[in-house]
Amino acid sequence: MSQNGTMIKVDHVSKSYRRDSIEIPVLRDISIDVPAGEFLALMGPSGSGKTTLLNLIAGIDRPNAGKVVVNGTEIDSLGESDLARWRARHVGFIFQFYNLLPVLTAFENVELPLLLTGLSRKEKREHVESALNLVGLGDRIHHYPKQLSGGQEQRVAIARAIVTDPTILVADEPTGDLDKISAGEIMDLLDRLNKEFKKTIVMVTHDPRAAEKAHKQMHLDKGELTT
Amino acid sequence: MFIIRLVLKNTLRHKLRTLLTILGVSIAVMSFGFMRTIVTAWSAGVESSGENRMITRQSVSFIFPLPYSCLQQLQQIPGVSEVSYANWFGGVYKDPADFKNFFPRIAIDPETYFSLYPEFIIPADQFAEFKKERNSCIVGAKLAREQGFKIGDLIPVDGDIYPGKWEFVVRGIYRGKDESTDETQLFFHWDYLNEQVKISQPGREGQVGWYVLSVHNAAEMPRVAKAVDERYKNSRSSTKTETEREFQQSFVSMSSAIISSLEAVSYIIIGIILLVLANTIVMAARERTKEYAVLKTLGFSAGHVVGLIGGESMLIACSGCVIGLAMTFPMAMGFAKAFPTFFPVFNVETITIILAVSVALFAGVVAALFPAARAVRMRIVDGLRSID
Repeated sequence: MSQNGTMIKVDHVSKSYRRDSIEIPVLRDISIDVPAGEFLALMGPSGSGKTTLLNLIAGIDRPNAGKVVVNGTEIDSLGESDLARWRARHVGFIFQFYNLLPVLTAFENVELPLLLTGLSRKEKREHVESALNLVGLGDRIHHYPKQLSGGQEQRVAIARAIVTDPTILVADEPTGDLDKISAGEIMDLLDRLNKEFKKTIVMVTHDPRAAEKAHKQMHLDKGELTT
Repeated sequence: MFIIRLVLKNTLRHKLRTLLTILGVSIAVMSFGFMRTIVTAWSAGVESSGENRMITRQSVSFIFPLPYSCLQQLQQIPGVSEVSYANWFGGVYKDPADFKNFFPRIAIDPETYFSLYPEFIIPADQFAEFKKERNSCIVGAKLAREQGFKIGDLIPVDGDIYPGKWEFVVRGIYRGKDESTDETQLFFHWDYLNEQVKISQPGREGQVGWYVLSVHNAAEMPRVAKAVDERYKNSRSSTKTETEREFQQSFVSMSSAIISSLEAVSYIIIGIILLVLANTIVMAARERTKEYAVLKTLGFSAGHVVGLIGGESMLIACSGCVIGLAMTFPMAMGFAKAFPTFFPVFNVETITIILAVSVALFAGVVAALFPAARAVRMRIVDGLRSID
């Protein structure tokens, strides 16, 4: 975290994709500061660039111009291996479609990020059980994704995202594939992670009800911040 | 450990597809092993050739005889330590249509032949009995097993090259020194053949099919060969002298087209193994593109992804290889039993096993190359966007 309390600093970032010979601008000169402990909702219509911005913050994509600094690290200057290690240590990623590995149980899916740490087997088990208990799935640890409901799968994905106690949580439409009740439960869980565990959360959503849980909302349109 | 666990789980994800792929690889490995065994068996005679033995035959063709009178002259050639001689007898035993009844029947000189071929081991008492009786014979242990020949049995043979009804009494059964020795031959007295021919076909007596020369020093073989052939250069029976290995090789060469075809087929099989495996691995890797992207997002390296894809490929290839090799042995045994005298020596050699394992490992690596390279190059954001 920087001295002024900024956890994420996106500084004049632009991003474009090349499709055949056509350059398609996605983000244009975006600058945002996210303080530590913030819960930020990025909103906007499809194609506005919000997922791309989230990917840049999470270190799974790189900007064409500008820089992204997370917790004092300029992540776009890191090499591939260093960036992978940085992600493993600092980012918890929650996907719209959960993206659990279907051949692994809930326990094994949550354990995945811990395999890259030097924790002992016992410590890993304790961490995984704590994370699954926190999301209310302590009794489903041996269940496979196909044996869980959508809401439960997303809770396993959240447990996977928080099990390493990452610096930031990024969530890409975490309620986009869920019914209203399950979506409410997931948002309550994220709210709890933010309030009780002081997690900095950046969430992309279309859902105004989900965005209401955030402290702050930002709107993107055609690659530019509108509010 | 995690990679191994995930590789196992991934491999079993589509059980039927994996099973069919393993089966495909197994059958291909078995076919490869079987083809290579045939190729090896074909040249078994070459491999078991004596290092200091040479063969002198008629220069035009093996089917033309040489005069018996050459014997003493050949014994005088410097460098030659011992000389023996033999005739291909041919003949028909029982039903000629049944290939089991074909086995080499050779007239030899009992006094010298076996001392030149120490790989044929004959009990001393049986050998003594064999030498006593003119129409006696010695048969190989494998031939005796297959045909049920026992000491004292009478073997009737219809002559073709040497017409007439022939009968040989089994007085000995030889064993081979090792697995590479041909145990399917029947040896009988050249004197007996010569006497019978003298009566039934006057003018054909005193002929020898080929001479076997033993030399003191293998390094002298080229000089001895030259000396022998020079000796008979302008005679009615010019000779061709070569090492026993070359002599055997000339028989193998007659079938070179078949051997080349078998070798070509075995290489095609390698291609089939590769295609079967590559198809499955490419399909599996494509289905899991998003999972690899998720793993990369979580901080797993390109090496982990390569390990997953390569591990699955190697696991399937190795499973197929083990099953394929396990099937090769009974297949080879079944073939050897069905055609006992077709290939005197028909064993799955160590080199065949090594080759089959190498081929499977090679296929495992190559099949994983393309999908692994694609997964490594894949950008996470593209992988996450892929459709399951």
